Amino acid sequence: MTEPILIARDLRKSFNVGGGWFGASDQLHALSSVSFELFPGETLAIVGESGCGKSTLARCLSGLMELTSGSFLVAGRDGRTFIRDDALQFHRAVQIVFQDPYASLNPRRTVSQSIADALRLHRICARGERRARVTDLLLQVGLSGDYLERFPHELSGGQRQRVCIARALAVAPEILVCDEPVSALDVSIQAQIINLLKDLQQRRGIAYVFISHNLALVQQICDRIAVMYLGEIVEMGVAAVMQQTFRHPYSRALFAATPMIGSRKVDQIRNPLAGDVPSPLHPPSGCHFRTRCPFAEARCRDQKPELREVAGRLVRCHFAEEISSNRQSRPRGSLPD
Amino acid sequence: MTALTDFWRKYRRNHTAVFGLLMLIVVLIAATIGPIIYPADPFDMVGRPASPPSARFVLGTDVSGRDMLAGLLHGARVSLLIGFLASLGATLVGLIVGAIAGYYGRAVDTILMRCTDFFLTIPSFILAIVIIAIFRPSVATVTIAIAAVSWPQVARLARAEFIAHRDREYVLACRALGMSDFEIITRQILPNALPSLLVVSSLLVATSILTESGLSFLGLSDPNVISWGYMVGVGRTVLRGAWWMPAIPGIAILLTVLCINLVGEGLNEALNPRLQRR
Amino acid sequence: MSALLQVEGLSVQFPTLRGDVAALEDLSFEMREGETVALVGESGSGKSTAALALSRLIPESTGCIISGRVVFEGRNLLGLPLHELREVRGRRIGMIFQDPMMALNPVFTIGWQLAEPLRKHFGLSNRAARDRAVELLGHVAIAAPEQRIDQYPHNLSGGMRQRVMIAMALACRPSLLIADEPTTALDVTVQAQVLSLIKTLKDELGTAVLLITHDLGVVWEIAQRVIVMYAGRKVEEGTAAHVFDDPQHPYARELLRAAAFASGEGGRLPEIPGSVPSPFEIPSGCCFAPRCTSAREICYAALPPLKSTKHGHEAACVLVGAASP
Repeated sequence: MTEPILIARDLRKSFNVGGGWFGASDQLHALSSVSFELFPGETLAIVGESGCGKSTLARCLSGLMELTSGSFLVAGRDGRTFIRDDALQFHRAVQIVFQDPYASLNPRRTVSQSIADALRLHRICARGERRARVTDLLLQVGLSGDYLERFPHELSGGQRQRVCIARALAVAPEILVCDEPVSALDVSIQAQIINLLKDLQQRRGIAYVFISHNLALVQQICDRIAVMYLGEIVEMGVAAVMQQTFRHPYSRALFAATPMIGSRKVDQIRNPLAGDVPSPLHPPSGCHFRTRCPFAEARCRDQKPELREVAGRLVRCHFAEEISSNRQSRPRGSLPD
Repeated sequence: MTALTDFWRKYRRNHTAVFGLLMLIVVLIAATIGPIIYPADPFDMVGRPASPPSARFVLGTDVSGRDMLAGLLHGARVSLLIGFLASLGATLVGLIVGAIAGYYGRAVDTILMRCTDFFLTIPSFILAIVIIAIFRPSVATVTIAIAAVSWPQVARLARAEFIAHRDREYVLACRALGMSDFEIITRQILPNALPSLLVVSSLLVATSILTESGLSFLGLSDPNVISWGYMVGVGRTVLRGAWWMPAIPGIAILLTVLCINLVGEGLNEALNPRLQRR
Repeated sequence: MSALLQVEGLSVQFPTLRGDVAALEDLSFEMREGETVALVGESGSGKSTAALALSRLIPESTGCIISGRVVFEGRNLLGLPLHELREVRGRRIGMIFQDPMMALNPVFTIGWQLAEPLRKHFGLSNRAARDRAVELLGHVAIAAPEQRIDQYPHNLSGGMRQRVMIAMALACRPSLLIADEPTTALDVTVQAQVLSLIKTLKDELGTAVLLITHDLGVVWEIAQRVIVMYAGRKVEEGTAAHVFDDPQHPYARELLRAAAFASGEGGRLPEIPGSVPSPFEIPSGCCFAPRCTSAREICYAALPPLKSTKHGHEAACVLVGAASP
């Protein structure tokens, strides 16, 4: 049983918004109590919609943002002290690939310059060797040496994303956070990039935190899935076990709403999930999802559900045992706006 | 090299900008070589005062009998020198202030921007006069004074550029690589901010020349050098009779500033692709 | 029943620094009343250009050249004088765009914006238009419409703004709704709400919907007929059932497999090698040939014509009608 390469415990991140010099500011709770483990060579998917905190999580894990509280261990070392005392080493362990390949590369630097920045910063090889290394990295991501002196605007979206992956790989990270890496790409290119990521994972044993809003996609490519809503993980488990049978009402709604070509889902078009995501400034008391949940009862308002093991996965719902895919969504309580 | 040819290709499409550039080159040549091939001392009183353009004095003489052409050529040197140096100084200071304010934000930004606002609220020309009045007027003090009142607009622009870029993903990627702030500011963001700054900088040359002309018109320039503004000031009283005296240096100022503005616009169109029209 | 919309040979060319570019080449299709047709393709397919060209919304300053015919309710829109075209836009053709925040004017209340087409096309008074606007907001399932009507776009969530846009587009009960990527900027659950709304409203009002999207999942949800585009040309057209179950064109086939995240060999996803050709380098012959696994010599030589298999199902490929591999 190998040790997890990444252990997150009770991560919390809040932002102060509004307020001036004198007024009190509001707290925006981007992350509330997020905990999970990631093993070497595996892919953990973080799935959620806007406001769920997945981007904040990505930035905190890659050292771009400081957590308000909670801790995470990277290869056994405490993340905070790791970043503080040995920043360069931390950034060699954890790298990130962003969603927008157009914005992720400096428009005024060539491909080789952008990748060489990583090599130079971390003194990975001697100056004379850099070009050869960059060429090698490009080959690993499926681009030829012809691309060395190109500028980002001369590349397609898929090619730019490959360059970004090459840059992240330059430091040989153990963990790669992929923040919606294919969402901005054409469908036919998405498969190329995902296959590339899979190949690299097999060859190098990198662990991925794969952030996406697309449940259909992650079910195909990820080992474990965590569904997030308003800063919390509401369901988490092995992809093969979760499959089509989600236990948390939000996961079920998300799954029902995700168009899947080739299957017609019963719940979906006829009664889609009502309402909008509540503001993260004032999340509902108790269970955050209760304002839109067809199964909500008084207990959901008074008592916050904990993540507990139900049917082979972790679910944050009081009624997880009773919810199964065979049941239609029958409203038990009132359906608030 | 391809970047340069690419730039020239875009610049070339704007005909007025090319015209402006050519005229500017003419002015620069006149300023550098002129006084060498026409070595007359502009302060020498060599002719009859207030004589109109003639064969001997191509541009006539001023109220004290000084050669206007000599004054024009030497004045070109002074005006252009002060113009370029003041613009350079203002750009450097403005860039540093704006970059730091824009990149770091929060308290640093607030403090630096309040300083900048302070300078902006005082009419720049008046402030320049005050600065020169405190120190003896000379080419150096005039240059410093003009730079001192011009840097705030550069700072504002630089700040806007750095704010726009600091949250872009490529900067985040550099931070995720562990790059230092200094390197991100200088090596990563600065090359992106440079085109806009270059445009403002070039336009600043024009305003600096105008400011300098205004100052020397008021008699606040270096008394040891002739400048165009000084010539306009001297010829002001005889505008009715000997119109060429204030008009000729005035036209020189007008043309030079116009050309610089055309070049600045051309730079803007060539360097800032967003503004390119088909 | 005559067609509501007949597009014949619609082509759009843009002049650029590097020469003329054909963004759309020879698009022809028909729509009947109440039908939902999806124009689907990736970047560079020309679908958005087609949507904008239909009601002449491409700005003149781009210097674009539009040729062909767009016959809507018996009139060629491309030949109409501007004041007549304005009567059609908003009144007979409604349009919703991708980003509701950009499409709504931030300085006017949503009530004012919603009432605008009513005032303009029906000549309603401010009071009457406002009442109707409140009604419309209720129709698109916005709660407490009397309060919302005086709010500004930034007070609303993305899903609500999109619903306001739908209300605006349908205010005058147009016979055709053009929806350009209506749910791309929305979350999945909100997308389901909006799609459900579009479905309900179009059934109620009998509006035909031309849906422009790159998202095959959305097409799967609501389209009755599908037109697949690639590099500015139509490569396949048919009913949704036909195209999804038995795609004839190799590109459509591969695209559907990629979009369905079908499992390929060795746990990999099915890929289409290469990428969409740049509009400056569209290959002669079949534009998909360089990436097609079934390409033959003839594919590079000449543009394959559209061939039909069953009623209404056609594809631009020489292999159409041949035994499936």
